[in-house]
Amino acid sequence: MLLTKAEIEARTITEDGQVFLQKAAQDGLETVWDRYQAQKPQCGFCELGLSCRNCSMGPCRIDPFGEGPQRGVCGADADIIVARNLGRMIAAGAASHSDHGRDLVEVLRKVGEGHAPGYTIRSEEKLKKVAAEFGIAADGKTPADLAVELAHAMEEEFGTRKKALTFLGRVPEKRRAIWDKLGITPRGIDRETSEMMHRTHMGVDNDWQSLLLHGLRNALSDGWGGSFIATEVSDILFGIPQPVPSEVNLGVLKENQVNIVLHGHNPIVSEMIYEAAQDPELLALASEKGAEGINLAGLCCTGNELLMRRGIPMAGNHLMTELALSTGLVDMMIVDYQCIMPALGEIATCYHTLMISTSDKAKFPHMAHHEFHPETAQSKARELVRMAVENYERRLPAKVLPAPNTPTRMMAGFSVEAILGALGGSPAPLIEAIKSGAVQGAVGVVGCNNPKIRQDFGHVTLTRHLIENDILVVDTGCAAVAHAKAGLKVPEAAALAGPGLQQVCKSLGIPPVLHMGSCVDNVRILDLAAALANALGTDISDLPLAAAAPEWYSEKAVSIACYAVASGIFTVLGTPPPIFGSPKIVKLLTEDIEGLLGASFAVEPDPEKAAARIEQHIRQKRKALGL
Amino acid sequence: MDESLRERVMVRLERCVGCRSCELACRVAHSQSGTLWGAVMEEPKPRRRIFVEQAAESPAPFLCRHCEDAPCVRCCPTGALRFDETSGLVAYAVDRCIGCHACVMACPFGVVQPGRGDLFVVKCDRCEGRDRPACVEACPTRALVLETAFLVDRRRRAVGRFVEAARLDISEADLMAAGSAQSP
Repeated sequence: MLLTKAEIEARTITEDGQVFLQKAAQDGLETVWDRYQAQKPQCGFCELGLSCRNCSMGPCRIDPFGEGPQRGVCGADADIIVARNLGRMIAAGAASHSDHGRDLVEVLRKVGEGHAPGYTIRSEEKLKKVAAEFGIAADGKTPADLAVELAHAMEEEFGTRKKALTFLGRVPEKRRAIWDKLGITPRGIDRETSEMMHRTHMGVDNDWQSLLLHGLRNALSDGWGGSFIATEVSDILFGIPQPVPSEVNLGVLKENQVNIVLHGHNPIVSEMIYEAAQDPELLALASEKGAEGINLAGLCCTGNELLMRRGIPMAGNHLMTELALSTGLVDMMIVDYQCIMPALGEIATCYHTLMISTSDKAKFPHMAHHEFHPETAQSKARELVRMAVENYERRLPAKVLPAPNTPTRMMAGFSVEAILGALGGSPAPLIEAIKSGAVQGAVGVVGCNNPKIRQDFGHVTLTRHLIENDILVVDTGCAAVAHAKAGLKVPEAAALAGPGLQQVCKSLGIPPVLHMGSCVDNVRILDLAAALANALGTDISDLPLAAAAPEWYSEKAVSIACYAVASGIFTVLGTPPPIFGSPKIVKLLTEDIEGLLGASFAVEPDPEKAAARIEQHIRQKRKALGL
Repeated sequence: MDESLRERVMVRLERCVGCRSCELACRVAHSQSGTLWGAVMEEPKPRRRIFVEQAAESPAPFLCRHCEDAPCVRCCPTGALRFDETSGLVAYAVDRCIGCHACVMACPFGVVQPGRGDLFVVKCDRCEGRDRPACVEACPTRALVLETAFLVDRRRRAVGRFVEAARLDISEADLMAAGSAQSP
C-alpha cells in the first residue's frame, strides 16, 4: 500500500529514505516500519521486563499494578525477574561482541601459521604494542611468530584462567580500585557470560543487586575484553584507521557499475571482498559485461569497518538495509552477522539481487550460503565477486530507481591513533582545549536505529545541540552513519559548532563529529577516555564526558551502555530499556549507582531534553574540576 | 446502526491466549499519565475494568456487558447507574452514588468492582472519547472486537463452512460433527 507524505516523514528524516520508502511500497515490499506497525501494541509486561520464560514452570508475569500475581511460580518477584532479564540481555550483547572478537583471533593465529592466504599483518606496530601488553617480548621474533603467540594469549582471555583481563592495564587505577571494591573486575570473557546464564537459571542468584553487579562485570568483560580484542586485532590484521574522505546515502549505489553491498559487522569477509574487487581480471570481466567498474558500498558496521580503513562509501545504517535493495541496483549483498534482518532475503526476491550469507553461525531464509573460512576466504571472495559481476546483466530495468540525491560527503577514520596524530602525538592539546573551555567536553553519540523513533532524528537532533554548545561529538555504528548523512562529518560542518569548537576544528581541519568506527569500536572511545584520565592522573568519571544511544535497539547496545556506565561515563538512552517494572532497579540505575561508580543511566526519549541533561552534566563535571 | 449508539466489546473466547495485554491497556487508558511507564509509577494505581480469568482450560476476558436490562441498574437505589438510551451503555454517575455496592452483588458477571479511594464503583465505561476501546486495540489476537466486526466475522465463517461443505459434498450431519462454525 502506498504511503502518505505524512506517514513517510514520520518514519525517517533522511531524503533518500523518504524516496525509497515509497519505492518499496510501490514494489509491494513489507519493511521494518510496516512490521512494527503490525506488532503494535506490543506486550506491556515485556516492555516493563516483567515477563519470565526462563523455565517451564512458567511463563510468568508480574502485575505491575499490584492486583494480580506479584511472584512467578518459583517465587521470583518483580525485582528478581527484571534483574534476570536485564542480565540475560547483557550476556547476549557481550557474547555477540566477544564471539566476533574470537573469530578475529582465529584469523590472527592462522595468518601466523600461514594458513590464511590473502590475509596479512597490516600493522606490525600495533601487533608489537599489544603483544607487549600481553607480556610477549618481540625481540627476534617474526611478525608471524608474534601473531601466533598473541593469538594464543588472547584465546586465554576467553577462558577462566585469569584473575583479570589483560586490557585492564589501560584502565585508570582509581577505576580499577572501584571495580575491585565492588567485586566486578572481569576475569574471563566467556566466563562472565556463562556465569550470567548460570546465575539467571531458576534457583541460583536471587538477589537483584548482586545480579545487577554481575551484569556490570559481564558488560566489562565485553568492553575491556571481547570488543577490545575485536578492535585491536582488526587493526593488526587490516590496519589502523587514518582520516579518509568518503560518501554516504543510497546515492553511492551506481547505475553503471556492479554494486556489491557488504552488510554485517565483522571485517573478515568484507576485507577479502575488497581485495577481490581490485582484481584486474574481474574488473575486465565487469567491463565486458558493460559495467564501468565494481562498486563496493557498506551497510551497518561491516560498512563502517571498510569505511574506516579503505574509505568505502556507506549506503546507510540499520533502517536503510531493506531500502537499499529497493533501488534495484544491488547486484549482490554479502552479509556476515549481527543486525541482518531475516526479512532481507525475501525482499531481494523482488529484484535480481543475489543474497549471500557467509558465516557458519548466521544463515538466513532466501540467501545462498557461501561459507568463509580463513584458509579459503581469498578464493571464495573472488568467486563471489565474479558471481556479482555476472549478475549485473540481470538487473530489471523496470524496477531500478537510482537515488535522486547526490551522496553526502564525509570524513571517517578517527582511530585513537589518528586523533592523537592530529593533535601532534599527545592528548595534551585536547586537554588544554577542554581546560580553556573552547571544548566544553566530549560525548559519544552511538547506537542503532529503531523504528520506534523517526530514523536518524534522535541522533542528529542531539548531536546538533551538543556541537552548538562546544561539545565535541565522537560516534560509531549507525549513529555515525546518521550524522554523516546529515552532513555533520565534513570539516565545513565546523560552522555549525559553537565558537570554541569551531576554532579547534578549523585549526586541525577536522569535523566537529569524529567517526571512530563500528559498534565494536566503542572501545576506541573507552581507550581515549582512559588515556585522557591517565594523562591527568584521575578517573574517567571525573572528566566532562557522556554517552548517548538515542535510537538503540539491540542487546549489544545494552552491554555497551552498561560498560560505559561501569567505566564511569554518564549514559543517556533514548528508548526505555525493559526495567520499569521494578521501581527499585530504576532508582538504582538512574540515581544510586552514581555513588558507587561515579556515573549513572538516564532515559530521555526527547533528544532536545537529552541534550540539555548532558550539557548540565558536563557543566557539573567541569565545575568539580575547577574549570 | 444509529451513530450515537456505541458498539459493545465482544469476546471471541477461542482466540484468547491469556496474555493480559487488555488488562494493561485498560489501566493505562484509565491512568493520569496515559503512558505505561507513567502509569506503573502512579499512586493510587489505575484500576482495570477487564479481567482475564482462567475458566476450565481456557483463558477468558470478562468485562461489563452493558446489559440493556441490567441487574446493576435495577437494584441501584439512587439512579447512579442507568441505561443510557443514546449511547446504549450502562452509565455511572459517581455524584449520585452512595457506595452501597448493591450493583457489585447484582452483576452476574462479577465485573462491577467496589471502588477504593475516590470512586465508589469501578466498571467499564467503554473508554469515553475513543472509537475503539483500549482493550480492543491492545488485543494481539483480535479476541476482543466490536460488535459489527464480530457479527460479520461469525457470518462469513459460517457461510464459508457451508459453501466449502457443498463444494466437497459433505453431509450436514458430518459438518455439524466437525465442530461449530465458531471455531477459528
